[in-house]
Amino acid sequence: MSDSLRSLLHAATTEDVGSPAVNLAIFAGFVAITLVIVFRASRNNKTAADYYAAGRSFTGPQNGTAIAGDYLSAASFLGICGAIAINGYDGFLYSIGFLVAWLVALLLVAELLRNTGRFTMADVLSFRLRQRPVRMAAALATLTVVFFYLLAQMAGAGGLVALLLGVEGTAAQGAVIAVVGALMILYVLIGGMKGTTWVQIIKAVLLVIGAAVMAVWVLSKYGFNLSDLLQGAIDTAGEGGESLIQPGKQYGATSMSQLNFLSLALALVLGTAGLPHVLMRFYTVPTAKEARRSVVWAIWLIGIFYLLTLVLGYGAAALVGPEAIKAAPGGVNSAAPLLAYELGGTILLGLISAIAFATILAVVAGLTITAAASFAHDIYASVIKHGEVKPDGEVRVARITVVIIGILAIIGGIFANGQNVAFLVALAFAVAASANLPTILYSLFWRRFNTSGALWSIYGGLISCLVLITFSPVVSGKVDPVTGDSLSMIKNTAVDFHLIPLENPGLISIPLGFLLGIFGTYVGKVRADSAKYAEMEVRSLTGAGSEKAVVH
Amino acid sequence: MTDMLGQAETDYERVQNSAEFQALKRRFRRFVFPMTALFLAWYFLYVLLADYAHDFMSQKVWGNITVGLLLGLGQFVSTFAITMIYAHWANTRQDPVAERLRRHIEEGASLDGEGA
Repeated sequence: MSDSLRSLLHAATTEDVGSPAVNLAIFAGFVAITLVIVFRASRNNKTAADYYAAGRSFTGPQNGTAIAGDYLSAASFLGICGAIAINGYDGFLYSIGFLVAWLVALLLVAELLRNTGRFTMADVLSFRLRQRPVRMAAALATLTVVFFYLLAQMAGAGGLVALLLGVEGTAAQGAVIAVVGALMILYVLIGGMKGTTWVQIIKAVLLVIGAAVMAVWVLSKYGFNLSDLLQGAIDTAGEGGESLIQPGKQYGATSMSQLNFLSLALALVLGTAGLPHVLMRFYTVPTAKEARRSVVWAIWLIGIFYLLTLVLGYGAAALVGPEAIKAAPGGVNSAAPLLAYELGGTILLGLISAIAFATILAVVAGLTITAAASFAHDIYASVIKHGEVKPDGEVRVARITVVIIGILAIIGGIFANGQNVAFLVALAFAVAASANLPTILYSLFWRRFNTSGALWSIYGGLISCLVLITFSPVVSGKVDPVTGDSLSMIKNTAVDFHLIPLENPGLISIPLGFLLGIFGTYVGKVRADSAKYAEMEVRSLTGAGSEKAVVH
Repeated sequence: MTDMLGQAETDYERVQNSAEFQALKRRFRRFVFPMTALFLAWYFLYVLLADYAHDFMSQKVWGNITVGLLLGLGQFVSTFAITMIYAHWANTRQDPVAERLRRHIEEGASLDGEGA
């Protein structure tokens, strides 16, 4: 153990790592710059198309960068680095699943969705089906996915602050979560989709540069030899360190944990193309061709970033060590910040922490505008008001929704503080893959598909996910065998109502969602509207009649 | 969705039944469906190996570089490759046809002698 590491550990256990003042100053700089940009971007927020879809005026590369900014969440940066540092190879699976999933979006969803929808996922799902019931179902699924995802991000904020400010108290961490939530409300309220997009673009650029600098730094310590870096990780871990480069450290213990791994893999690869906040980003470009370019850019940025996290994760294992990471406040999620401190001291830690904060801020902003659009556009305007609402009335409702969701996110974030963030995101992916993706694919590709099929699939996928999660060890009954502490959401180990050993519902709920779509379609007996199907099919492939960019 | 009424819808149906659109649709499905099956099969092969074939994946090829690491990096390579192949194919093969059909519907440009 090096001297600097010992002093770091000392600092981590006594007061704080690095200088909180430096960390806060760098973060404040980011907030100040982005706020100016958001204010400038807000000048053209007149119509619903401006507020929800940034006037559809972003280019493919811009949107692709923003997608990367939206997608590379705290779970990616902090969670995956930590998972690789602690569990080695098994942590790598997250990044592979997250990346390969983009091919589903590229090949089957992005362009067709851009051509057929306006603002939300429900636009596409209800295109040729009965508007109100399908919109309601799609909006509920959207809000559920966003809720899980938001919870994960806000929990990440708590973990990060624990590390940076050495704040162990729940109240103090809660206060910082509230500040993050308040900033997010401000961004989305003022900037709408345009402001949110710029925050995501800036953050994505900072994140990829920051990760690249750290990865090169780590590799330079090992002569740019990946094998030597892995040896460093093995040596630091001490006895049994070889397991870091072998699969199965996290998921190989029992046949049940192997099933968990399989379930997770399925949810990751099929979830992305059903994430409402990702889908909504495709409406911010003028054409399907630009939507395609967006995804190509996003795949390159996201893929390169995940390659960097592989180096960072093993770098943290080698230079900081799994035991030191687990012992630090913030636990697994502190691997990347601790590595930054080990490499570049207080300044690099401050920079990387500010980037991590920016990450949380940008992602929660994207989630919030998605939820607000879904509520205002789908539930309020279409279901409650039967589509008879002035455009500015809809945007007003969206803005009120932003504030309410922000407050809910703060409360939820305080409650979820301390959960493993990558894992909570995996739950959101399971809901997206079970409730959203089947209906998206069926309505785009299956002529016979009808309203009944959509409702069976969305509600079936959604409810099965929620039930399976509620009665899983994630919510209650998972106890650390060594310390006896609860690893579940419910911290009281006496409360245990888990019935299903599966921690990720995907393995059951995703096939169920797809099957219920077929079942419901045949049970419903209603024949699909062939004229609407013709319109949807022709529109989706040619772009005829699709929403055009707003000209100011 | 938009203010297009009965007549526009029949126009969509006419385009849907046209040989040019049917060819566009067939080419699209013949490309994306097999490609999706291919990358999903390759992904799940990898996942099952990582999950159940620990000894195989832990074999060292060179230094500490294991079979598992190489296959994992292979997923990155295949994803980048499929992305670029699809983008090139769609840009050159599909876009010109889609654009002609779109102009026919939106601007009444001639396709089969009948305007919108």
